Amino acid sequence: MTDWLTPEAWQAVRLSLEVSLWAVAASLPLGILVAYALARWRFPGHGLLNGLVHLPLVLPPVVTGYLLLLTFGRRGWVGQWLDQIGIVFAFRWTGAALAAAIMAFPLMVRAIRLAIEAVDPRLEQAASTLGAPRLWVFLTVTLPLILPGILAGAILAFAKAMGEFGATITFVSNIPGQTQTLPSAIYAFLQVPGGEAAAARLVLIAVAVAMAALFLSEWLSRLIARRIRGA
Amino acid sequence: MLSVALRHAFAGFTLDAAFQAPAGLTALFGRSGSGKTTIVNAVAGLLRPQSGRVTVQDIVLTDSDRGIFLPPHRRGIGYVFQDARLFPHLTVRQNLLYGHWFTARGRPSDLPRVVEMLGIGPLLTRRPAALSGGERQRVAIGRALLSHPRLLLMDEPLAALDQPRKDEILPYLERLRDQAGLPILYVSHSTAEVARLATTVVLLDRGRVTAAGPVAALLSDPAVAPLLGLAEAGAVLTARVEAHECDGLTRLAAPAGPLFLPRIAAPIGALLRLRILAQDVMIATVPPQGISALNVIPARVRDLSPAGDSVLVRLEAGDQVILSRITARSAAALDLRPGLPVHAVLKAVSVAPGTIGVSGG
Repeated sequence: MTDWLTPEAWQAVRLSLEVSLWAVAASLPLGILVAYALARWRFPGHGLLNGLVHLPLVLPPVVTGYLLLLTFGRRGWVGQWLDQIGIVFAFRWTGAALAAAIMAFPLMVRAIRLAIEAVDPRLEQAASTLGAPRLWVFLTVTLPLILPGILAGAILAFAKAMGEFGATITFVSNIPGQTQTLPSAIYAFLQVPGGEAAAARLVLIAVAVAMAALFLSEWLSRLIARRIRGA
Repeated sequence: MLSVALRHAFAGFTLDAAFQAPAGLTALFGRSGSGKTTIVNAVAGLLRPQSGRVTVQDIVLTDSDRGIFLPPHRRGIGYVFQDARLFPHLTVRQNLLYGHWFTARGRPSDLPRVVEMLGIGPLLTRRPAALSGGERQRVAIGRALLSHPRLLLMDEPLAALDQPRKDEILPYLERLRDQAGLPILYVSHSTAEVARLATTVVLLDRGRVTAAGPVAALLSDPAVAPLLGLAEAGAVLTARVEAHECDGLTRLAAPAGPLFLPRIAAPIGALLRLRILAQDVMIATVPPQGISALNVIPARVRDLSPAGDSVLVRLEAGDQVILSRITARSAAALDLRPGLPVHAVLKAVSVAPGTIGVSGG
Protein backbone atom coordinates (compact mmCIF):
# COMPACT_ATOMS: atom_id res chain seq x y z
CA MET A 1 0.00 0.00 0.00
CA THR A 2 2.77 2.40 0.98
CA ASP A 3 4.27 1.82 -2.44
CA TRP A 4 1.03 2.67 -4.09
CA LEU A 5 0.75 6.01 -2.27
CA THR A 6 3.66 8.24 -1.28
CA PRO A 7 3.88 9.16 2.43
CA GLU A 8 2.96 12.69 1.46
CA ALA A 9 -0.19 11.51 -0.29
CA TRP A 10 -1.08 9.28 2.64
CA GLN A 11 -0.71 12.21 4.95
CA ALA A 12 -3.13 14.21 2.84
CA VAL A 13 -5.71 11.40 2.92
CA ARG A 14 -5.37 11.01 6.67
CA LEU A 15 -5.57 14.73 7.26
CA SER A 16 -8.66 14.96 5.09
CA LEU A 17 -10.36 12.19 7.04
CA GLU A 18 -9.51 13.87 10.33
CA VAL A 19 -10.52 17.32 9.17
CA SER A 20 -13.83 16.01 7.81
CA LEU A 21 -14.64 14.00 10.92
CA TRP A 22 -14.00 16.97 13.16
CA ALA A 23 -15.90 19.31 10.87
CA VAL A 24 -18.98 17.05 10.98
CA ALA A 25 -18.78 16.14 14.66
CA ALA A 26 -18.37 19.73 15.79
CA SER A 27 -21.07 21.20 13.57
CA LEU A 28 -23.66 18.43 14.06
CA PRO A 29 -25.29 19.76 17.27
CA LEU A 30 -25.61 23.22 15.73
CA GLY A 31 -26.87 21.65 12.51
CA ILE A 32 -29.63 19.81 14.40
CA LEU A 33 -30.60 22.96 16.28
CA VAL A 34 -30.72 25.09 13.12
CA ALA A 35 -32.64 22.40 11.23
CA TYR A 36 -35.16 22.18 14.09
CA ALA A 37 -35.53 25.96 14.24
CA LEU A 38 -36.07 26.17 10.48
CA ALA A 39 -38.52 23.26 10.46
CA ARG A 40 -40.58 24.00 13.56
CA TRP A 41 -40.21 27.55 14.79
CA ARG A 42 -41.63 30.70 13.28
CA PHE A 43 -39.58 33.72 14.28
CA PRO A 44 -38.50 37.02 12.76
CA GLY A 45 -35.38 36.40 10.70
CA HIS A 46 -36.46 32.88 9.70
CA GLY A 47 -35.83 33.67 6.04
CA LEU A 48 -32.55 35.39 6.80
CA LEU A 49 -31.28 32.36 8.77
CA ASN A 50 -32.33 30.06 5.97
CA GLY A 51 -30.47 32.27 3.48
CA LEU A 52 -27.32 32.41 5.61
CA VAL A 53 -27.23 28.66 6.01
CA HIS A 54 -27.52 28.13 2.29
CA LEU A 55 -25.14 30.92 1.30
CA PRO A 56 -21.99 28.73 1.08
CA LEU A 57 -23.84 26.52 -1.40
CA VAL A 58 -24.14 29.33 -3.97
CA LEU A 59 -21.26 31.65 -3.09
CA PRO A 60 -17.94 31.05 -4.93
CA PRO A 61 -15.87 28.99 -2.44
CA VAL A 62 -13.03 31.46 -2.79
CA VAL A 63 -15.34 34.17 -1.46
CA THR A 64 -16.29 32.03 1.53
CA GLY A 65 -12.60 31.36 2.17
CA TYR A 66 -11.75 35.04 1.94
CA LEU A 67 -14.58 35.98 4.30
CA LEU A 68 -13.31 33.34 6.73
CA LEU A 69 -9.84 34.83 6.52
CA LEU A 70 -11.25 38.29 7.26
CA THR A 71 -13.25 36.99 10.21
CA PHE A 72 -11.12 34.19 11.68
CA GLY A 73 -7.66 35.22 10.50
CA ARG A 74 -5.19 36.23 13.18
CA ARG A 75 -6.15 39.86 12.68
CA GLY A 76 -9.80 39.14 11.91
CA TRP A 77 -12.38 40.52 14.31
CA VAL A 78 -13.22 37.10 15.75
CA GLY A 79 -9.80 35.54 15.19
CA GLN A 80 -8.06 38.30 17.15
CA TRP A 81 -10.23 37.63 20.13
CA LEU A 82 -9.94 33.82 19.84
CA ASP A 83 -6.16 34.19 19.55
CA GLN A 84 -6.08 35.57 23.10
CA ILE A 85 -7.67 32.43 24.49
CA GLY A 86 -5.38 30.21 22.46
CA ILE A 87 -7.63 29.17 19.59
CA VAL A 88 -6.09 29.68 16.19
CA PHE A 89 -7.73 28.81 12.88
CA ALA A 90 -5.53 30.53 10.33
CA PHE A 91 -3.11 28.20 8.49
CA ARG A 92 -3.89 25.30 10.85
CA TRP A 93 -5.80 22.06 10.31
CA THR A 94 -8.49 23.50 12.62
CA GLY A 95 -9.05 26.19 10.02
CA ALA A 96 -9.43 23.52 7.34
CA ALA A 97 -12.04 21.86 9.57
CA LEU A 98 -13.88 25.18 10.03
CA ALA A 99 -13.92 25.85 6.29
CA ALA A 100 -15.12 22.29 5.60
CA ALA A 101 -17.82 22.56 8.27
CA ILE A 102 -19.20 25.79 6.84
CA MET A 103 -19.17 24.50 3.27
CA ALA A 104 -20.88 21.24 4.30
CA PHE A 105 -23.40 22.88 6.66
CA PRO A 106 -26.17 23.51 4.09
CA LEU A 107 -26.22 19.85 3.04
CA MET A 108 -26.33 18.68 6.63
CA VAL A 109 -29.11 21.07 7.63
CA ARG A 110 -31.19 20.22 4.56
CA ALA A 111 -31.15 16.49 5.25
CA ILE A 112 -31.97 16.89 8.94
CA ARG A 113 -34.66 19.47 8.26
CA LEU A 114 -36.41 17.13 5.82
CA ALA A 115 -36.38 14.40 8.45
CA ILE A 116 -37.82 16.72 11.09
CA GLU A 117 -40.54 17.91 8.74
CA ALA A 118 -41.54 14.30 8.14
CA VAL A 119 -42.20 13.76 11.87
CA ASP A 120 -45.86 14.29 12.71
CA PRO A 121 -45.96 17.16 15.25
CA ARG A 122 -49.08 15.54 16.69
CA LEU A 123 -46.86 12.77 18.08
CA GLU A 124 -44.92 15.45 19.95
CA GLN A 125 -48.20 16.88 21.25
CA ALA A 126 -49.19 13.43 22.46
CA ALA A 127 -45.88 13.13 24.30
CA SER A 128 -46.41 16.47 26.01
CA THR A 129 -49.89 15.47 27.21
CA LEU A 130 -48.23 12.42 28.76
CA GLY A 131 -46.15 14.74 30.92
CA ALA A 132 -42.94 15.04 28.92
CA PRO A 133 -41.24 18.46 29.05
CA ARG A 134 -40.17 19.94 25.71
CA LEU A 135 -36.58 18.75 25.79
CA TRP A 136 -37.70 15.24 26.69
CA VAL A 137 -40.20 15.22 23.87
CA PHE A 138 -37.33 16.06 21.55
CA LEU A 139 -34.98 13.45 23.01
CA THR A 140 -37.46 10.58 23.25
CA VAL A 141 -39.75 11.14 20.27
CA THR A 142 -38.31 13.54 17.69
CA LEU A 143 -34.66 12.50 17.91
CA PRO A 144 -35.17 8.73 17.55
CA LEU A 145 -37.47 9.30 14.59
CA ILE A 146 -35.01 11.60 12.80
CA LEU A 147 -31.89 9.61 13.62
CA PRO A 148 -31.58 8.14 10.12
CA GLY A 149 -31.96 11.68 8.72
CA ILE A 150 -29.23 12.95 11.03
CA LEU A 151 -26.93 10.13 9.94
CA ALA A 152 -27.71 10.77 6.29
CA GLY A 153 -27.01 14.48 6.75
CA ALA A 154 -23.77 13.77 8.58
CA ILE A 155 -22.53 11.36 5.90
CA LEU A 156 -23.38 13.79 3.13
CA ALA A 157 -21.62 16.57 5.02
CA PHE A 158 -18.62 14.31 5.56
CA ALA A 159 -18.36 13.62 1.84
CA LYS A 160 -18.68 17.30 1.06
CA ALA A 161 -16.00 18.13 3.65
CA MET A 162 -13.66 15.55 2.11
CA GLY A 163 -13.95 17.33 -1.19
CA GLU A 164 -13.73 20.91 0.04
CA PHE A 165 -11.05 22.81 -1.83
CA GLY A 166 -11.65 26.46 -2.71
CA ALA A 167 -12.52 27.87 0.71
CA THR A 168 -9.87 25.72 2.39
CA ILE A 169 -6.99 26.75 0.16
CA THR A 170 -8.00 30.42 0.41
CA PHE A 171 -8.35 30.35 4.18
CA VAL A 172 -5.55 28.04 5.34
CA SER A 173 -3.39 27.63 2.20
CA ASN A 174 -1.80 24.32 1.14
CA ILE A 175 0.86 23.34 3.67
CA PRO A 176 1.83 19.64 3.48
CA GLY A 177 1.21 17.94 6.81
CA GLN A 178 -0.61 20.99 8.14
CA THR A 179 -3.39 22.01 5.84
CA GLN A 180 -2.85 19.93 2.71
CA THR A 181 -6.06 17.96 2.36
CA LEU A 182 -6.81 15.40 -0.32
CA PRO A 183 -8.08 17.90 -2.94
CA SER A 184 -5.20 20.28 -2.22
CA ALA A 185 -2.77 17.39 -2.62
CA ILE A 186 -4.31 16.46 -5.99
CA TYR A 187 -3.96 20.08 -7.02
CA ALA A 188 -0.33 20.14 -5.84
CA PHE A 189 0.54 16.91 -7.69
CA LEU A 190 -0.91 18.30 -10.88
CA GLN A 191 1.33 21.36 -10.60
CA VAL A 192 4.56 19.30 -10.79
CA PRO A 193 5.76 17.34 -13.84
CA GLY A 194 5.23 13.58 -13.46
CA GLY A 195 2.74 14.01 -10.68
CA GLU A 196 -0.24 12.74 -12.72
CA ALA A 197 0.04 9.15 -11.53
CA ALA A 198 -0.01 10.12 -7.86
CA ALA A 199 -2.85 12.53 -8.54
CA ALA A 200 -4.84 9.82 -10.32
CA ARG A 201 -4.54 7.50 -7.29
CA LEU A 202 -5.87 10.22 -5.03
CA VAL A 203 -8.68 10.90 -7.48
CA LEU A 204 -9.67 7.23 -7.23
CA ILE A 205 -9.82 7.50 -3.45
CA ALA A 206 -11.89 10.68 -3.65
CA VAL A 207 -14.38 9.07 -6.02
CA ALA A 208 -14.67 5.96 -3.86
CA VAL A 209 -15.31 7.95 -0.69
CA ALA A 210 -17.90 10.14 -2.40
CA MET A 211 -19.76 7.20 -3.94
CA ALA A 212 -19.82 5.25 -0.69
CA ALA A 213 -21.16 8.28 1.17
CA LEU A 214 -23.90 8.89 -1.41
CA PHE A 215 -25.06 5.27 -1.31
CA LEU A 216 -25.06 5.15 2.47
CA SER A 217 -26.95 8.41 2.71
CA GLU A 218 -29.54 7.27 0.17
CA TRP A 219 -30.07 3.99 2.02
CA LEU A 220 -30.48 5.79 5.33
CA SER A 221 -33.03 8.22 3.99
CA ARG A 222 -35.08 5.29 2.75
CA LEU A 223 -34.84 3.91 6.27
CA ILE A 224 -36.33 7.11 7.73
CA ALA A 225 -39.35 6.90 5.51
CA ARG A 226 -39.96 3.34 6.67
CA ARG A 227 -39.35 4.19 10.29
CA ILE A 228 -41.77 7.09 10.28
CA ARG A 229 -44.41 4.98 8.64
CA GLY A 230 -43.76 2.69 11.58
CA ALA A 231 -42.84 -0.56 9.86
CA MET B 1 -65.04 18.23 38.80
CA LEU B 2 -63.88 20.01 35.68
CA SER B 3 -64.97 23.57 35.13
CA VAL B 4 -64.49 25.22 31.76
CA ALA B 5 -65.17 28.73 30.48
CA LEU B 6 -63.58 29.67 27.17
CA ARG B 7 -63.66 32.37 24.54
CA HIS B 8 -61.64 32.08 21.40
CA ALA B 9 -62.24 33.71 18.03
CA PHE B 10 -61.14 32.05 14.82
CA ALA B 11 -61.72 33.44 11.34
CA GLY B 12 -65.47 33.08 10.89
CA PHE B 13 -66.07 31.16 14.09
CA THR B 14 -66.17 32.15 17.74
CA LEU B 15 -66.07 29.69 20.55
CA ASP B 16 -67.82 30.97 23.65
CA ALA B 17 -68.63 28.09 25.94
CA ALA B 18 -68.88 27.41 29.64
CA PHE B 19 -69.84 24.17 31.38
CA GLN B 20 -69.02 21.92 34.29
CA ALA B 21 -68.23 18.24 34.11
CA PRO B 22 -68.95 16.29 37.30
CA ALA B 23 -67.60 12.80 38.02
CA GLY B 24 -68.33 10.17 35.40
CA LEU B 25 -68.25 10.64 31.67
CA THR B 26 -69.24 13.98 30.23
CA ALA B 27 -69.98 13.88 26.53
CA LEU B 28 -69.31 16.95 24.41
CA PHE B 29 -71.84 16.42 21.70
CA GLY B 30 -72.35 18.35 18.50
CA ARG B 31 -71.90 18.42 14.76
CA SER B 32 -68.40 18.68 13.32
CA GLY B 33 -67.29 22.28 13.46
CA SER B 34 -69.23 22.98 16.64
CA GLY B 35 -66.02 23.52 18.61
CA LYS B 36 -65.72 20.21 20.46
CA THR B 37 -62.10 19.53 19.61
CA THR B 38 -61.17 23.16 20.22
CA ILE B 39 -62.52 22.88 23.75
CA VAL B 40 -60.69 19.63 24.42
CA ASN B 41 -57.44 21.08 23.06
CA ALA B 42 -57.83 24.14 25.27
CA VAL B 43 -58.40 21.93 28.31
CA ALA B 44 -55.29 19.91 27.41
CA GLY B 45 -53.24 23.08 26.98
CA LEU B 46 -52.54 22.43 23.28
CA LEU B 47 -54.44 25.61 22.44
CA ARG B 48 -54.12 28.83 24.39
CA PRO B 49 -57.55 30.44 24.49
CA GLN B 50 -57.82 34.20 24.04
CA SER B 51 -59.63 34.30 27.33
CA GLY B 52 -61.04 31.82 29.76
CA ARG B 53 -60.61 29.75 32.87
CA VAL B 54 -60.17 26.00 33.23
CA THR B 55 -59.97 24.25 36.59
CA VAL B 56 -59.79 20.58 37.55
CA GLN B 57 -60.40 19.63 41.17
CA ASP B 58 -59.69 23.23 42.21
CA ILE B 59 -56.37 23.27 40.38
CA VAL B 60 -56.24 26.24 38.01
CA LEU B 61 -54.93 25.16 34.60
CA THR B 62 -55.81 28.27 32.64
CA ASP B 63 -56.86 31.67 33.89
CA SER B 64 -56.40 34.44 31.37
CA ASP B 65 -57.28 37.13 33.91
CA ARG B 66 -54.41 36.10 36.12
CA GLY B 67 -52.12 35.22 33.23
CA ILE B 68 -52.01 31.53 34.17
CA PHE B 69 -51.47 29.00 31.41
CA LEU B 70 -49.98 25.67 32.43
CA PRO B 71 -48.12 23.93 29.58
CA PRO B 72 -49.58 20.54 28.57
CA HIS B 73 -46.92 18.47 30.29
CA ARG B 74 -47.71 20.02 33.68
CA ARG B 75 -51.48 19.57 33.54
CA GLY B 76 -51.76 15.92 34.42
CA ILE B 77 -54.43 15.36 31.80
CA GLY B 78 -54.60 12.21 29.73
CA TYR B 79 -55.60 12.68 26.10
CA VAL B 80 -56.80 9.90 23.83
CA PHE B 81 -56.75 11.20 20.28
CA GLN B 82 -58.97 10.12 17.43
CA ASP B 83 -55.88 8.77 15.64
CA ALA B 84 -54.20 6.87 18.48
CA ARG B 85 -50.86 8.67 17.95
CA LEU B 86 -48.77 5.84 19.32
CA PHE B 87 -45.03 6.34 19.04
CA PRO B 88 -43.99 4.24 16.02
CA HIS B 89 -40.45 3.63 17.23
CA LEU B 90 -41.50 2.18 20.58
CA THR B 91 -43.09 -1.15 21.44
CA VAL B 92 -46.58 -1.30 22.93
CA ARG B 93 -45.06 -1.78 26.37
CA GLN B 94 -42.76 1.23 25.96
CA ASN B 95 -45.68 3.27 24.68
CA LEU B 96 -47.74 2.32 27.71
CA LEU B 97 -44.98 3.27 30.13
CA TYR B 98 -44.06 6.52 28.37
CA GLY B 99 -45.99 8.78 30.72
CA HIS B 100 -44.66 6.84 33.66
CA TRP B 101 -41.28 8.52 33.47
CA PHE B 102 -42.80 11.88 34.22
CA THR B 103 -45.31 11.21 36.93
CA ALA B 104 -44.70 10.97 40.62
CA ARG B 105 -48.12 9.52 41.26
CA GLY B 106 -47.85 6.26 39.36
CA ARG B 107 -46.52 2.89 40.39
CA PRO B 108 -45.15 0.32 37.94
CA SER B 109 -47.58 -2.17 39.48
CA ASP B 110 -50.41 -0.34 37.70
CA LEU B 111 -49.27 -1.75 34.37
CA PRO B 112 -50.69 -5.29 34.83
CA ARG B 113 -54.01 -3.89 36.04
CA VAL B 114 -54.43 -1.56 33.06
CA VAL B 115 -53.18 -4.19 30.61
CA GLU B 116 -55.73 -6.63 31.99
CA MET B 117 -58.59 -4.14 31.95
CA LEU B 118 -57.93 -3.32 28.29
CA GLY B 119 -57.07 -6.85 27.22
CA ILE B 120 -53.77 -5.87 25.59
CA GLY B 121 -51.50 -8.41 27.28
CA PRO B 122 -50.60 -10.31 24.10
CA LEU B 123 -49.61 -7.09 22.31
CA LEU B 124 -46.93 -5.82 24.68
CA THR B 125 -43.90 -6.70 22.57
CA ARG B 126 -45.38 -5.55 19.26
CA ARG B 127 -44.89 -2.25 17.47
CA PRO B 128 -47.84 0.03 16.71
CA ALA B 129 -47.59 -0.68 12.97
CA ALA B 130 -48.45 -4.32 13.67
CA LEU B 131 -51.70 -3.49 15.51
CA SER B 132 -55.25 -3.22 14.25
CA GLY B 133 -57.12 0.07 14.63
CA GLY B 134 -59.04 -1.17 17.64
CA GLU B 135 -55.93 -2.50 19.33
CA ARG B 136 -54.13 0.78 18.73
CA GLN B 137 -56.94 2.72 20.34
CA ARG B 138 -56.95 0.45 23.38
CA VAL B 139 -53.19 0.91 23.77
CA ALA B 140 -53.67 4.67 23.48
CA ILE B 141 -56.26 4.54 26.26
CA GLY B 142 -53.89 2.50 28.41
CA ARG B 143 -51.03 4.89 27.73
CA ALA B 144 -53.14 7.85 28.81
CA LEU B 145 -54.33 6.03 31.95
CA LEU B 146 -50.80 5.07 32.98
CA SER B 147 -49.76 8.71 33.01
CA HIS B 148 -52.09 8.87 36.04
CA PRO B 149 -54.15 11.81 34.88
CA ARG B 150 -56.56 13.87 36.95
CA LEU B 151 -58.85 13.96 33.96
CA LEU B 152 -59.13 11.96 30.78
CA LEU B 153 -59.91 13.61 27.45
CA MET B 154 -61.15 11.48 24.59
CA ASP B 155 -61.61 13.07 21.18
CA GLU B 156 -63.89 10.77 19.18
CA PRO B 157 -61.77 7.74 20.03
CA LEU B 158 -64.06 5.49 18.01
CA ALA B 159 -64.68 7.68 14.98
CA ALA B 160 -61.96 6.12 12.85
CA LEU B 161 -63.12 2.56 13.56
CA ASP B 162 -65.71 0.35 11.92
CA GLN B 163 -68.66 -1.01 13.89
CA PRO B 164 -67.11 -4.34 14.99
CA ARG B 165 -64.03 -2.46 16.28
CA LYS B 166 -66.31 0.01 18.09
CA ASP B 167 -68.17 -2.84 19.74
CA GLU B 168 -64.81 -4.23 20.76
CA ILE B 169 -63.84 -1.03 22.58
CA LEU B 170 -67.13 0.22 24.04
CA PRO B 171 -67.17 -2.27 26.93
CA TYR B 172 -63.69 -1.08 27.94
CA LEU B 173 -64.87 2.51 27.93
CA GLU B 174 -67.81 1.57 30.15
CA ARG B 175 -65.47 -0.20 32.54
CA LEU B 176 -63.25 2.84 32.54
CA ARG B 177 -66.15 5.12 33.37
CA ASP B 178 -67.34 2.87 36.18
CA GLN B 179 -64.05 1.67 37.64
CA ALA B 180 -61.26 4.15 37.05
CA GLY B 181 -62.95 6.84 39.10
CA LEU B 182 -61.58 9.71 37.09
CA PRO B 183 -63.67 12.25 35.23
CA ILE B 184 -63.74 11.79 31.45
CA LEU B 185 -64.49 14.43 28.86
CA TYR B 186 -65.59 12.61 25.75
CA VAL B 187 -66.11 14.18 22.35
CA SER B 188 -68.66 12.51 20.12
CA HIS B 189 -71.11 13.16 17.37
CA SER B 190 -72.90 9.84 17.72
CA THR B 191 -76.08 9.82 19.80
CA ALA B 192 -75.83 6.08 20.26
CA GLU B 193 -72.39 6.44 21.80
CA VAL B 194 -73.54 9.29 24.03
CA ALA B 195 -76.66 7.39 25.17
CA ARG B 196 -74.54 4.41 26.00
CA LEU B 197 -71.59 6.06 27.69
CA ALA B 198 -72.42 9.49 29.02
CA THR B 199 -73.26 10.46 32.55
CA THR B 200 -73.60 14.11 31.64
CA VAL B 201 -74.12 15.63 28.21
CA VAL B 202 -73.01 19.06 27.00
CA LEU B 203 -74.59 19.97 23.71
CA LEU B 204 -72.63 22.31 21.45
CA ASP B 205 -73.71 24.22 18.40
CA ARG B 206 -71.48 26.65 16.51
CA GLY B 207 -69.22 27.25 19.46
CA ARG B 208 -71.92 27.68 22.06
CA VAL B 209 -73.40 25.40 24.71
CA THR B 210 -77.05 24.93 23.80
CA ALA B 211 -77.98 22.46 26.55
CA ALA B 212 -76.29 20.56 29.34
CA GLY B 213 -77.40 18.09 31.99
CA PRO B 214 -77.62 14.44 33.07
CA VAL B 215 -77.92 12.12 30.08
CA ALA B 216 -81.35 10.66 30.89
CA ALA B 217 -82.96 14.07 31.39
CA LEU B 218 -81.24 15.64 28.41
CA LEU B 219 -81.89 12.95 25.82
CA SER B 220 -85.57 12.80 26.75
CA ASP B 221 -85.98 16.59 26.78
CA PRO B 222 -88.31 17.59 23.93
CA ALA B 223 -86.60 20.95 23.69
CA VAL B 224 -83.31 19.22 22.95
CA ALA B 225 -84.72 16.69 20.48
CA PRO B 226 -84.54 18.99 17.44
CA LEU B 227 -80.85 19.59 18.20
CA LEU B 228 -80.14 15.87 18.32
CA GLY B 229 -82.26 15.12 15.30
CA LEU B 230 -85.79 13.77 15.81
CA ALA B 231 -84.85 10.27 14.76
CA GLU B 232 -82.25 10.18 17.53
CA ALA B 233 -84.43 11.53 20.34
CA GLY B 234 -85.34 9.06 23.03
CA ALA B 235 -85.09 8.07 26.63
CA VAL B 236 -82.28 6.34 28.47
CA LEU B 237 -83.33 3.99 31.28
CA THR B 238 -81.42 1.98 33.79
CA ALA B 239 -82.62 -1.54 34.49
CA ARG B 240 -81.44 -4.58 36.44
CA VAL B 241 -81.35 -8.11 35.07
CA GLU B 242 -83.83 -10.11 37.16
CA ALA B 243 -84.18 -13.46 35.46
CA HIS B 244 -83.44 -15.37 32.30
CA GLU B 245 -86.74 -17.06 31.52
CA CYS B 246 -87.07 -20.45 29.86
CA ASP B 247 -88.71 -19.14 26.69
CA GLY B 248 -85.58 -17.22 25.79
CA LEU B 249 -86.49 -13.87 27.27
CA THR B 250 -84.69 -11.89 29.92
CA ARG B 251 -86.75 -10.10 32.53
CA LEU B 252 -85.45 -6.71 33.62
CA ALA B 253 -86.59 -4.61 36.52
CA ALA B 254 -86.82 -0.93 35.66
CA PRO B 255 -88.36 1.75 37.86
CA ALA B 256 -91.08 2.00 35.24
CA GLY B 257 -91.99 -1.70 35.61
CA PRO B 258 -90.76 -5.06 34.32
CA LEU B 259 -89.38 -5.23 30.79
CA PHE B 260 -88.92 -8.32 28.63
CA LEU B 261 -86.15 -8.50 26.09
CA PRO B 262 -84.65 -11.24 23.96
CA ARG B 263 -81.99 -13.08 25.94
CA ILE B 264 -79.24 -10.72 27.11
CA ALA B 265 -75.83 -12.11 27.87
CA ALA B 266 -75.50 -10.51 31.28
CA PRO B 267 -75.55 -12.08 34.72
CA ILE B 268 -78.52 -11.71 37.03
CA GLY B 269 -78.21 -8.54 39.06
CA ALA B 270 -76.25 -6.67 36.39
CA LEU B 271 -77.28 -3.11 35.68
CA LEU B 272 -77.96 -2.29 32.05
CA ARG B 273 -78.49 0.92 30.24
CA LEU B 274 -81.41 0.83 27.83
CA ARG B 275 -82.17 3.23 25.06
CA ILE B 276 -85.73 3.69 23.86
CA LEU B 277 -86.09 5.88 20.80
CA ALA B 278 -89.10 8.20 20.79
CA GLN B 279 -90.20 6.86 17.41
CA ASP B 280 -90.36 3.33 18.85
CA VAL B 281 -92.91 4.24 21.53
CA MET B 282 -96.67 4.08 20.82
CA ILE B 283 -99.30 5.48 23.14
CA ALA B 284 -102.60 3.81 24.06
CA THR B 285 -105.22 5.46 26.26
CA VAL B 286 -106.76 2.08 27.20
CA PRO B 287 -104.81 -1.09 28.05
CA PRO B 288 -104.01 -2.55 24.65
CA GLN B 289 -105.30 -6.08 24.05
CA GLY B 290 -104.40 -8.63 21.47
CA ILE B 291 -101.08 -6.97 20.73
CA SER B 292 -97.75 -8.66 20.09
CA ALA B 293 -95.66 -6.08 21.89
CA LEU B 294 -94.40 -7.47 25.19
CA ASN B 295 -93.49 -4.26 26.86
CA VAL B 296 -96.46 -2.15 27.77
CA ILE B 297 -95.83 0.25 30.59
CA PRO B 298 -98.43 2.23 32.46
CA ALA B 299 -97.46 5.90 32.41
CA ARG B 300 -98.79 9.40 32.72
CA VAL B 301 -98.51 12.25 30.20
CA ARG B 302 -96.25 14.99 31.48
CA ASP B 303 -96.31 17.36 28.52
CA LEU B 304 -96.63 17.58 24.77
CA SER B 305 -94.34 19.54 22.46
CA PRO B 306 -94.88 19.97 18.76
CA ALA B 307 -91.83 19.07 16.71
CA GLY B 308 -92.27 19.57 13.00
CA ASP B 309 -95.18 17.47 11.76
CA SER B 310 -95.10 15.31 14.86
CA VAL B 311 -95.60 15.71 18.56
CA LEU B 312 -93.14 14.69 21.24
CA VAL B 313 -94.93 13.37 24.31
CA ARG B 314 -93.07 13.08 27.56
CA LEU B 315 -94.39 10.20 29.67
CA GLU B 316 -93.65 9.59 33.31
CA ALA B 317 -93.31 5.98 34.40
CA GLY B 318 -92.09 5.41 37.93
CA ASP B 319 -89.47 8.10 38.36
CA GLN B 320 -88.25 7.74 34.79
CA VAL B 321 -89.19 9.60 31.67
CA ILE B 322 -90.01 7.97 28.36
CA LEU B 323 -90.27 10.01 25.21
CA SER B 324 -92.75 9.18 22.50
CA ARG B 325 -93.04 10.67 19.07
CA ILE B 326 -96.48 10.46 17.46
CA THR B 327 -98.29 12.31 14.71
CA ALA B 328 -100.19 15.47 15.51
CA ARG B 329 -103.33 13.73 14.25
CA SER B 330 -102.93 10.88 16.76
CA ALA B 331 -102.29 13.32 19.57
CA ALA B 332 -105.51 15.13 18.75
CA ALA B 333 -107.52 11.92 18.23
CA LEU B 334 -106.42 10.53 21.59
CA ASP B 335 -107.01 13.91 23.22
CA LEU B 336 -103.65 13.67 25.01
CA ARG B 337 -103.11 16.24 27.72
CA PRO B 338 -100.85 16.56 30.75
CA GLY B 339 -101.82 14.26 33.61
CA LEU B 340 -103.68 11.75 31.42
CA PRO B 341 -102.92 8.11 32.38
CA VAL B 342 -101.86 6.14 29.32
CA HIS B 343 -99.98 2.99 28.29
CA ALA B 344 -96.66 3.22 26.56
CA VAL B 345 -96.12 0.44 24.03
CA LEU B 346 -92.41 -0.09 23.40
CA LYS B 347 -91.79 -1.45 19.92
CA ALA B 348 -88.03 -1.67 20.38
CA VAL B 349 -85.60 -1.36 23.21
CA SER B 350 -81.91 -1.38 22.52
CA VAL B 351 -79.48 -2.63 25.06
CA ALA B 352 -75.89 -1.71 24.89
CA PRO B 353 -74.39 -5.20 24.53
CA GLY B 354 -72.12 -6.08 27.40
CA THR B 355 -73.11 -3.02 29.39
CA ILE B 356 -72.22 -4.20 32.81
CA GLY B 357 -71.70 -2.03 35.79
CA VAL B 358 -73.22 1.01 37.32
CA SER B 359 -74.36 3.40 34.68
CA GLY B 360 -75.61 6.91 34.70
CA GLY B 361 -74.19 8.73 37.71
